[in-house]
Amino acid sequence: MLVLIVIALLTAMGLALIRAIKGPAVYDRILASNTFSTKTVLMIAVLGFLTGEAEFYLDIALMYTLVGFIVTVAVLKVSEFGDLGQPRPDSGENRQ
Amino acid sequence: MSQALNMLSGLLLFLGTLFFLVGSIGLLRMPDVFTRMHAAGITDTIGAAAIILGLMLVAGWSTILIKRLLVLIFLMLLNPTACHSLARATVHGVRSPWQGTSKRQ
Repeated sequence: MLVLIVIALLTAMGLALIRAIKGPAVYDRILASNTFSTKTVLMIAVLGFLTGEAEFYLDIALMYTLVGFIVTVAVLKVSEFGDLGQPRPDSGENRQ
Repeated sequence: MSQALNMLSGLLLFLGTLFFLVGSIGLLRMPDVFTRMHAAGITDTIGAAAIILGLMLVAGWSTILIKRLLVLIFLMLLNPTACHSLARATVHGVRSPWQGTSKRQ
């Protein structure tokens, strides 16, 4: 039964990948990559239960959760500001 | 007791997988970025919670349970935050919501 869950998660990841390739705006791609990372975390957790070595797999899943969130926020910042939000040298007077 | 836990775990796993499939179809089929966000972000949060809870129920009292609890806590904290910041960035860019429903009225 767990193999069926992995297959369903792989199908969902394929659909998200289609949206990430096809998406008209950059926000569609970011949303698709975010859901893709969530599904990857769950697939790693289920695979760890399947193989019987859940400890190692869950460590990888834990790291993947945090890295996926940081990647999403960093790509959002780059797409909105053009950089990672460093203070520019000429904008010191306009800041409130 | 163990039988009931197994049945509850299977139900939660089935529910989570169903949420994931429905959310992915919505992510592919919805007409607008905001509706896609609704389909993907919300079903991702509840589907991930259901699958991790279903795996937690069959773990027993061990460190695996604590690690799955940590994954669940981080997913429940970070997934709505990422979706919210994505929605804010989309509104901040010049993107107005889909007008299809208001035209039909």
